[in-house]
Amino acid sequence: MLNIDCPWCGKRHETEFRYGGEAHIARPEDPAALDDTEWAEFLFMRKNTKGYFAERWLHNNGCRRWFNVIRNTVTHEIVGSYKMGETPPKLPKSAGGAK
Amino acid sequence: MTQHFRTASGGRIDRKKAINFTFNGQKYIGYEGDTLASALLANGVHLLGRSFKYHRPRGIVAAGAEEPNSMVQLGEGATTEPNIRATQISLYEGLTARSVNVWPTVEFDISAINGLFAKIMTAGFYNKTFMWPRAMWMKLYEPVIRRAAGWGKAPTTGDPDIYDHMHLHVEVMVVGGGPAGLMAALAAGRARARVLLVDEQGEFGGSLLSKKRQIGAKDEMAWIADMLAELEAMPDVTLLSRSTAFGYYDHNYLCVLEQKTDHLPAAERKGKVRQRVWHVRAGQVVLATGAHERPLVFADNDRPGIMLASSVQTYVNRYGVLPGKKMVLFTNNDAAYETAIDLQAAGGDIVAIVDSRAEPSGELVEAVRALDIEILAGYAITGTRGGKRVESVQVRAIQKGAKVYTSAARRIDCDLVAMSGGWSPVVHLFSQSQGQLEYDEEKACFLPGTKRQAQQVAGALAGEFTLKECLAGGYKAGADAARATGFTPKRKPAAPEIDEPALGGIEPFWVVPGARPIGEGMAKHFVDLQNDTTAADIELAVREGFESVEHIKRYTLTGFGTDQGKTSNINALAILSGILDKPIPKVGTTTFRPPYTPVSYGALAGRNLGDWSDPVRVTSIHDWHVENGALFENVGQWKRPWYFPKTGETMQDALNRECLAVRNGVGVLDASTLGKIDIRGPDAAEFLNRIYTNAWAKLGIRRVRYGLMCHEDGMVFDDGTTARLAEDRFLMTTTTGGAAGVLDWLEEYLQTEWPELRVYCTSVTEQWAAVSITGPTAGALLKKLAPEMDLSPESFPFLSFKEGVVAGIDARIFRISFTGELTYEINVPWACGLALWEAVMAAGAEFDITPYGTESMHILRAEKGFIIVGQETDGTTTPQDLGMDWIVSKKKPDFIGKRSYNRSDTARADRKQLVGLLTEAPDEVLPEGAQLVFDANAPKPMPMMGHVTSSYYSATLGRSIALALVKGGHEKKGQKIFAPLLDRTVTAEIVDPVFYDKEGERLNG
Amino acid sequence: MVKYSILTIARNALTGHKNWPKQWRSPEPKSEYDVIIIGGGGHGLATAYYLAKEHGVRNIAVLEKGWLGGGNTARNTTIVRSNYLWDESAAIYEKSLQLWEGLAQDINYNVMLSQRGVLNLAHSLGDVREGVRRVNANRLNDVDAEWLDADGVKEFCPIINISKSARHPVLGATLQRRGGVARHDSVAWGYARAADALGVDIIQNCEVTGIKRDGGKVTGVETTRGDIAAKKIGVVAAGHSSVIAEMAGIRLPVTSHPLQALVSEPIKPVIDCVVMSGAVHVYVSQSDKGELVMGAGIDSFNSYAQRGSFHVIEHQLGACLELFPIFSRVRMMRTWGGIVDTCPDASPILSGTSVEGLYFNCGWGTGGFKATPGSGWCFAHTLAKDEPHALNAPFSLSRFESGALIDEHGAAGVAH
Repeated sequence: MLNIDCPWCGKRHETEFRYGGEAHIARPEDPAALDDTEWAEFLFMRKNTKGYFAERWLHNNGCRRWFNVIRNTVTHEIVGSYKMGETPPKLPKSAGGAK
Repeated sequence: MTQHFRTASGGRIDRKKAINFTFNGQKYIGYEGDTLASALLANGVHLLGRSFKYHRPRGIVAAGAEEPNSMVQLGEGATTEPNIRATQISLYEGLTARSVNVWPTVEFDISAINGLFAKIMTAGFYNKTFMWPRAMWMKLYEPVIRRAAGWGKAPTTGDPDIYDHMHLHVEVMVVGGGPAGLMAALAAGRARARVLLVDEQGEFGGSLLSKKRQIGAKDEMAWIADMLAELEAMPDVTLLSRSTAFGYYDHNYLCVLEQKTDHLPAAERKGKVRQRVWHVRAGQVVLATGAHERPLVFADNDRPGIMLASSVQTYVNRYGVLPGKKMVLFTNNDAAYETAIDLQAAGGDIVAIVDSRAEPSGELVEAVRALDIEILAGYAITGTRGGKRVESVQVRAIQKGAKVYTSAARRIDCDLVAMSGGWSPVVHLFSQSQGQLEYDEEKACFLPGTKRQAQQVAGALAGEFTLKECLAGGYKAGADAARATGFTPKRKPAAPEIDEPALGGIEPFWVVPGARPIGEGMAKHFVDLQNDTTAADIELAVREGFESVEHIKRYTLTGFGTDQGKTSNINALAILSGILDKPIPKVGTTTFRPPYTPVSYGALAGRNLGDWSDPVRVTSIHDWHVENGALFENVGQWKRPWYFPKTGETMQDALNRECLAVRNGVGVLDASTLGKIDIRGPDAAEFLNRIYTNAWAKLGIRRVRYGLMCHEDGMVFDDGTTARLAEDRFLMTTTTGGAAGVLDWLEEYLQTEWPELRVYCTSVTEQWAAVSITGPTAGALLKKLAPEMDLSPESFPFLSFKEGVVAGIDARIFRISFTGELTYEINVPWACGLALWEAVMAAGAEFDITPYGTESMHILRAEKGFIIVGQETDGTTTPQDLGMDWIVSKKKPDFIGKRSYNRSDTARADRKQLVGLLTEAPDEVLPEGAQLVFDANAPKPMPMMGHVTSSYYSATLGRSIALALVKGGHEKKGQKIFAPLLDRTVTAEIVDPVFYDKEGERLNG
Repeated sequence: MVKYSILTIARNALTGHKNWPKQWRSPEPKSEYDVIIIGGGGHGLATAYYLAKEHGVRNIAVLEKGWLGGGNTARNTTIVRSNYLWDESAAIYEKSLQLWEGLAQDINYNVMLSQRGVLNLAHSLGDVREGVRRVNANRLNDVDAEWLDADGVKEFCPIINISKSARHPVLGATLQRRGGVARHDSVAWGYARAADALGVDIIQNCEVTGIKRDGGKVTGVETTRGDIAAKKIGVVAAGHSSVIAEMAGIRLPVTSHPLQALVSEPIKPVIDCVVMSGAVHVYVSQSDKGELVMGAGIDSFNSYAQRGSFHVIEHQLGACLELFPIFSRVRMMRTWGGIVDTCPDASPILSGTSVEGLYFNCGWGTGGFKATPGSGWCFAHTLAKDEPHALNAPFSLSRFESGALIDEHGAAGVAH
């Protein structure tokens, strides 16, 4: 049960949130200009980082805002959260099993 | 039967309160304060069960959670419970318990014959046999194995008890109410932090309940009482006894099982919550979980009467019970000597102390010497005798490093063997919290090392084995925890003078050889008593190439029992380290997995059962439906009327009647469950343009349009109509089950992709009740209800809406249609839904208005070829597949899904496409889900062309109709297709999916 | 390889079991192999075994970063079945089930396949529709399948609660009688022993840290035990597939999630089949030891931690008690987690890549255990022939570009 820091509401149990996968994947400006490979990249290819990972969460049983979290996918340590469009916090130097 | 093994006095039992209980059909008496185990021992009962594989007699080994053997079937009937450890059952009046997995009795157990085959039933033997002949595995071998498996039995009926969940946030949670935990709670409590202290036992005090100690001016009991009095007086301190912290999860989230009534007689449990799971989020956690004593691994170390030394001490001091009258103590450390002193003081005889150390010394050793007890230093027990109880031990002088002892054997008669192989700190929760363990050579145990969460460790867990260290360590941990959560601890109190013996060292002694090498002869050196894993099994596993500790565990099953190897894991590890000749830390430990002790499913489910397992959503008209005999269908969380049967009607009768009423007169549907989203903002139209496949910018105010939504992969995921309320405001409807998902979808795009769009979405599903009246006389009915309203097609065309008063209620009326008939969907404030419905029913009486449910709705729409998302679509269906190219804009440069349509597979001509089917026999209704083929005689696997998505008997058409997805179906109209069913093959013709009123002439009534 | 049988056991008993050979060697890695399999779980070991047995490749190494069979092979709920909806899935899972049925004899290791029948419950009219559709599809694909109504479910599994007043009542179920469970560890050990006997080097505690390439072609791996050259590399690393892919500069449509499971304390036999409910999120069977083995859906977030969140377990037990009220006083004994690699369409990838000689077998999600033999068999073919077998051709990486997904998420269950 992660303790997730919503930038608007503060720390709340994971059960209040919905996961949104990898952060910072922008929808292409002009999808028609992409070939099938590039389009598949956007649709399906994901970083799946082992270690510090920028991901999206929705506080859906709360303020219903989307935001980003930096979380270590090995230790589940949460480094920080930030609003959509904000700059991510600095990552700690490699810790606990992260690559 | 009287309690022959009670001490004359002492113990934390109330000798004035006798308690009657029954074990294996025999009646006994114990005292309040007893556990089932202590009461049985008081009555001289040691044989409680049989082992798993060989069915060897087994007795009580320990006094707490670490007990490997003494599982019983507790209680009877609906409240019986399997596999409860007798050491953890508080005795109550009327308790009944039985041995598990024995037949016919624990005294005479047929399966003990397995012992004869012990040489064959080695670790992993089942991997190597039972393979021939192949058919016999399922017919004979496995059924026999399965019948032999398992301990106790599940009840045969549901559980009459109730359970619940609580949630708690504290600054400091302390796990373990022994001396260290009490001090930690005190330190944090005095600092005014919110504190939770949990302990698995009925009384706080931990190890102090079993030992005699003078703490300053107080004895141990007075000290505990004073501590509790101070803690209880603190308003922000919560004390939970009979509460086991069983899981330690990420971010200092811990789960605790509180057993609230399990210690009470049946009559006192009624109406109370039986067990509660506390979910705790703590700023800091202080782990003070203590330590478990380790058994010694020697030949036939499993007979009843062979117990852990500290547990013997607990039975003597805490429960006033002599587990035996002639004890041999076998130890590799001198802490265990205290047991001998206490047992002798209580009236038992110490026959000998067998100490594996060559030169034991220290305060306790000298004290024992002073009592004239024989100490056999440099000796070990190399064998035991006894049937259902240990009768004697064989001892030999240790020959260091030898695999076989040739020294002279001596037999010592006894009825109790107390053993101590040292202490294993209870690192389970620490390990669950991802903390790293470190092996301490001097203390011969694993201790908490690097921690990963906001926590402190104290007491025996931290290797603090004396009371003095525990008190100091506990206070420091509590103070540090309080400080770390922003509180200022009070000054540390002066350390009290403590009267306790100084401890000498421990010399690890992991497995005791005998006259023959381990594994030879009949003797067994048990490591895991519950799973009958022996030292020889571990040797065998290594011999066969299993070297990882995880492999050993899995191959030999050591540590896989209900005790999770609390007494066996470290011994197994150490024996493995010896065989591999690798130091213990290099061998590593296995993972400690939650729960620390087993937790009932009922407690974990809590109240989330029945109607509370998932919220039930009903419309404001629901009660009317119930009163009028509707049967209901679950649609997502909603209850929707399925159909309204009249007395004597079959389901099909009712559907025929409902559908014909709509086609010939007027029907009424509760459409309130459809999702409704209010979409506002200057960019709302642009937003819809991007979300829906069709164009929205030019939709006029008060006009309505149908839309399809696709995911980025081009597959349809929801549909519905959206009305333009104003230039900058729309009301979107969604499917009933899809509403929440659509709102999330809209919000996701608005917040994460297009934050520049000024659009705001609000769910208004439960603000508007919707009553849909449909059929040729719907207009006349509405005229009655809203006489002022101009209903002419010119003023109120199809796909538009009006605001007005209907039956005296302010309403929005939408002209949309899911039946193909003239339809008015009247939306009123939710609270007015029933009033509107009743007004509609009253006014409609003269038109013979007929309420209908989802099933008729499905038939009516299928007659028109309208899709249902999730039925005609399955996540692999595009708008084009559905023949709905007309709704996919060719002009818009982009919308969600567009780019995916021209991927090679999505653009294929022979994709599965929506068609209608008419069976050759008009009364034959194809099963929904029937697969379709062009060649019904093709060999299997048969090339499948598609499947039936919807299929009904249509009373309107007087025949069956079906919708189907068929490969290249749009080009195959007129062709025959076959549905090979289990018992017959149905022939059908592929037709257009619109079966009724293709020209749409009925829309205007 | 010493043949295992009751006779060999008896003979060894006479010598105090001192003469059993190792089930597999612990060789030092050679400097070069024809094929390196990265990942010593069931799928990787099966791949090595079939490569050696079916295709005569002998110079094979399986590299395992920990202990063999220690990943998802050791962490699943041991369910075996082949009743998948789509033709492509049914074909590969059915191939797998057929291999399961002769596996113990083939590798001379009792994997304790117990074909006790698998029920997939339907709780809504949408579920019923989906179930009937699947049964019909299975039947025409020659996969055994039956549809049971609620009474039929009760007859097959008498302890199940089919009360109509349940929040999500049981309306029926699909039944695959040939489905069941197998002993998970034995599968890894059995394949390891059989592969080892055919000369495969199984190298444990050997973590791959880099993929070496010469232009567009693989040449070997860097490991914690030194560099090893290889002509071909098959990656069968489950939850860690993306980590290996990154070493090779390849992107995968895969995300790794915790998947949790649990067992109860052992109780006397009480449930004689496998019951799965996708709608209320629980599946239950009883092991040969008497434990109730239970699983549920994945945790939502990405993770490499082999542990999930406890609310998932609690939710699953609530669902379990809705179906089996008599389990309320049974106690949960142990929980654990694995890392499953999931694909957007819930179907696996067995495919070549843009790098010559580099192949991936991943994306099995929550369904990998049952596929172990078939996955290994198909992947061995792919590695040996440098092209997929017809059974795994649809499970290519290119499907994510063409859109030819094999979407086993199935119908969304949404209705008006």
